Amino acid sequence: MTLATDTIELPRRDSRRVRIRKYCRRHPTVPFGLGVLGVMIIISILGPYFTVDPLALSPFKRLKPPSGEFLFGTDMYGREVFARTLAGGRISLAVGISVALVSTVVGLAIGIVSGYVRALDAVVMRVMDGLMAIPGVLLAIALISLTSASISNVIIAITIPEVPRVVRLVRAVVLSIREQPYIQAAVSVGMPLPRILWKHVLPNTLAPLIVQATYICASAVIVEAILSFLGAGTPPEIPSWGNIMAEGRTYFQITPWIILFPGLFLAITVLAVNVLGDGLRDSLDPRIARRMR
Amino acid sequence: MYAYIAKRTLAVIPVMLVVALVVFLLLHLTPGDPAAVIAGDYARPEDIVRIRKQLGLDEPLYIQFSTWLWSVLRGDLGVSIFSNMPVSKLIGQRLEPTLALSVSTILFSVLIAVPMGVWAAWRSGTWVDRSIMVFAVLGFSVPVFVIGYVLIYVFSLKFGWFPVQGYKAIGDGFLPFLRSIALPTIALGVVYVALIARISRASMLEVLNEDYIRTARAKGQVERKVMMRHALKNAAVPIITIIGIGIALLIGGVVVTESVFNIPGLGRLTIDAVLRRDYPIIQGVILVFSAAYVIVNLLIDISYSFLDPRIRY
Amino acid sequence: MTTISRRLRSAAVALAVAVPMLASAGVGDALAEKVLRIVPHADLKNLDPIWTTAYITRNHGYMVYDTLFASDENLDVHPQMVDTFKVSGDGKTYTFTLRDGLKWHDGAMVKAEDCVASIKRWGKRDGMGQKLMDFTAEMKVVDDKTFQIILNEPYGLVIESLGKISSNVPFMMPKRLADLDAFKAVPEVVGSGPFIFKKDEWVPGSKVVYVKNNDYKPRSEPASAASGGKVVKVDRVEWLYIPDPATAMNALVNGEVDLWETPAPDMLPLLKANADIKAAVIDPLGTQGWLRMNHLHPPFNNPKARQAVLWAVNQEEYLQAIIGDPTLYKACAAYFICGTPNETQIGTEALKAVNLDKAKQLLKEAGYKGEKIILMQPTDIPVLNGASLVTAQMLRSIGMDVEVQAMDWSTLTSRRAEKKAPADGGWNVFHTYSTGADVQSPVANIGISGGGVEKAWFGWPTDDVTEKLRDDYAREADPAEKKAIVEKLQTRLFDHLVPYVNYGQWFQPVVWRSNLSGVLVSPVPFFWNIDIK
Repeated sequence: MTLATDTIELPRRDSRRVRIRKYCRRHPTVPFGLGVLGVMIIISILGPYFTVDPLALSPFKRLKPPSGEFLFGTDMYGREVFARTLAGGRISLAVGISVALVSTVVGLAIGIVSGYVRALDAVVMRVMDGLMAIPGVLLAIALISLTSASISNVIIAITIPEVPRVVRLVRAVVLSIREQPYIQAAVSVGMPLPRILWKHVLPNTLAPLIVQATYICASAVIVEAILSFLGAGTPPEIPSWGNIMAEGRTYFQITPWIILFPGLFLAITVLAVNVLGDGLRDSLDPRIARRMR
Repeated sequence: MYAYIAKRTLAVIPVMLVVALVVFLLLHLTPGDPAAVIAGDYARPEDIVRIRKQLGLDEPLYIQFSTWLWSVLRGDLGVSIFSNMPVSKLIGQRLEPTLALSVSTILFSVLIAVPMGVWAAWRSGTWVDRSIMVFAVLGFSVPVFVIGYVLIYVFSLKFGWFPVQGYKAIGDGFLPFLRSIALPTIALGVVYVALIARISRASMLEVLNEDYIRTARAKGQVERKVMMRHALKNAAVPIITIIGIGIALLIGGVVVTESVFNIPGLGRLTIDAVLRRDYPIIQGVILVFSAAYVIVNLLIDISYSFLDPRIRY
Repeated sequence: MTTISRRLRSAAVALAVAVPMLASAGVGDALAEKVLRIVPHADLKNLDPIWTTAYITRNHGYMVYDTLFASDENLDVHPQMVDTFKVSGDGKTYTFTLRDGLKWHDGAMVKAEDCVASIKRWGKRDGMGQKLMDFTAEMKVVDDKTFQIILNEPYGLVIESLGKISSNVPFMMPKRLADLDAFKAVPEVVGSGPFIFKKDEWVPGSKVVYVKNNDYKPRSEPASAASGGKVVKVDRVEWLYIPDPATAMNALVNGEVDLWETPAPDMLPLLKANADIKAAVIDPLGTQGWLRMNHLHPPFNNPKARQAVLWAVNQEEYLQAIIGDPTLYKACAAYFICGTPNETQIGTEALKAVNLDKAKQLLKEAGYKGEKIILMQPTDIPVLNGASLVTAQMLRSIGMDVEVQAMDWSTLTSRRAEKKAPADGGWNVFHTYSTGADVQSPVANIGISGGGVEKAWFGWPTDDVTEKLRDDYAREADPAEKKAIVEKLQTRLFDHLVPYVNYGQWFQPVVWRSNLSGVLVSPVPFFWNIDIK
């Protein structure tokens, strides 16, 4: 930052477009990841309007291999794998994105409070340590088995183990920021706390949070698949990538297409999200980024 | 240093208390009456009332919690609803396969991943680095059960090198044991390898930029010596930390791997218990896994003070 | 390239050497004892076959316990533990004498008092047992080896009941165990059967171990289903529970197990192509699918709504979805299953035809107003999972509002006992199946019982006419008269009660490695008589 703007001629600021292009050239993984993810989201949202009903059984057409008529083949109940894979994308992506959003929002709130209110900090952090000590997949399985299987329960069950990590990250940022001179200056001129949080703390946590959220999204998609595989995930009549693979796993030697296509879609999506996260992280301050892992 | 160790050890107590509380509340705040489940298909209402009394389910929650905690502390994890066997015995029966699989996975992953990470850092920016990093991201993106099935298909069915399923105890001979856990270890290890390789590379890269490395190189020290003695030693702390944190990931993977390879370990026990709503087992297994996680991380924390004398709290 | 890469390379070489070494190990170590390793259809959870009707526990029962009478492969009943028996001239007193050399696994001799206590306990739990007890005035121990059943009036099914092949089988236990509460599982496993249960080696959820009972004295007749000599030809039987069908198939192909009880039908072509593996249907009667409706709550408390389902069900569609291979199934509308003396096609029109308009019409007449139908879907049992999906689609096609609730089978079994309204935690529809042996007689078939809330099976059909016809059948001795009652009964079932909708009959093959011999034809898998080459 240059202070004496009136005496020194500023280098001409690049236009927005040029800056984006430069950023993309330096971090090519970001546009790649975004692009693939975008395509997946569009396919998942629009796809089901153009395919047959992914739930429609037709037992007389069961286990047909991929062909012109059935693009990805059919499963053991004669449902089309193509239609199911696209519909499954909706569920898997919805779970991934919701978990990422909910856990960052909840984690952000708890983290800021905990970083600012000393009295609560100790208690909150002990609870978070305790939650982190319970292996996430186990906690999620237990939560789902104890309640009933539904998409919202799956989202909650995957979110709960992710929250403590976000809380820790946010709290660390808050703790380091609150000692900064400009924050103390703001406090001393009587700026109200909510305003300080909004104006100074939130923007500082945003960048690492976005990176963290992408990783959470990627892991949530995988965890959903794992939970469904174990029979403790999304209700089976709703096709998610995990569910389709879970149902098709019995047949992986006879009719590999049932798990091949959703598996491929899942791997590509998660890969794209991870690559996106890596790119975003690299383009941020590496020291902040490291704190998250 | 001893003061630090003592302090760190004491800090485990509140964490485990929270774990216990969460595990306890999990069962008592969710819908569904454990007594009705225990009573089974043909229960009469009076049976359910009797069982509720027997289990102390009619007492206030805090009393139930303290009685439960007290019995857990004495090693009594309750009795399985379905098989009527003590949970601690069921867990004991299944400890070996899970332990063996976890240890072999950690060994395998560290032996593969650390050299990979070091190599990638050393050749940073080259195709070696790129391909190792691509592998690392891929390893994160494929669910463990898919890897497991592919391994079974190729190495057990096509080549016939390894058994398809099951577990052979170490007591039955070391080679059969190794054969039985080879594929599960690899399947489970992929994520872990990816994780450790990434961290190893990152922390090596950082260390390699430090002044003392430049000094060492300037002094004309052999590259191998620079990498091993200076760089890796200083990069060790974050690598070991991630191994500890990764245990949580590993435990999740164990559950899946055991069901793919039909290994009678704690993971299979968990899934069976979950499918049957065998609450005492679910509670016991989560407690045991969490305790293992906490203890491993405690040991890791303590080991820092030996590894890096700068760390003193 | 310097040291590191060289090290990596040598590590790779070490691995390459190690892998084939690992691969060759463990193949040659032949075992001194003969171990038969089987993959059962389910995990053994409960050990008391009187307390539960679960088939896996019944199979466990046949390993460790013995029976007074036993059915052969044609379901004719012969003495098993009983040596001789006499029926008095008035048909009211049955006198049984046990054969010599029967011994409990704890070393004690089998006595008549043990058998009386065991029959009493079974009579409290089993449907046929309860009926037998209704007719029984008294059971008397004459001496250590002789006891009597004295009836109120002649009853045609005494021997059939005691020789019942499927759940609950009247297994004999020592008196000290049989005297315990019939509504609680017995705490010990002490039988007199051909195998001994090794409790210390039992790993619930994974492994059950039995060893040969060297003290067992088999009968001299050749084995036929449950009857004849139970000659054990192996030293040890291990049940290895493998829930994932793909894993089980691979374990069988790789020779890690010897027999798999319930291979997924779609895997059979792959298994049949393998020269080391044999596949056969050992239960000629097969299995009958049940679509069970809750008779206590609307809309299925109205016979017309149940009839509507009959008109809408297409058995072929179910069988295709759950079995696939037409040689393994049969569209069969008969309540008492095809291939038995009680098979009849009377009254089956509604089930055989598919007429959705008629179904909609009946539904309207039944006063269906779009209430939500709760369908319980057990996701861990592939056949029932598939049937539930087909039913959901079928009910929707006749205009019903279906909510499919996914759960596992054990949750379903506790939920189905719930009599509350569907909206308050009850249910409307679930699916199950029953082996042919259990449905072939009007008395044994618990599904058709019209005993209502008190006596009928889950779903609680209520119809006195049905109950009277079942009693008439039980009393009748003449085969022609019996058949006439069956026809009247089946007409009543189709035209009025519709206790359940039969969605087809299928034949579950069993697969084993071809070095096994002596696998018995039977509705229940038995592991005596099997030898390993």
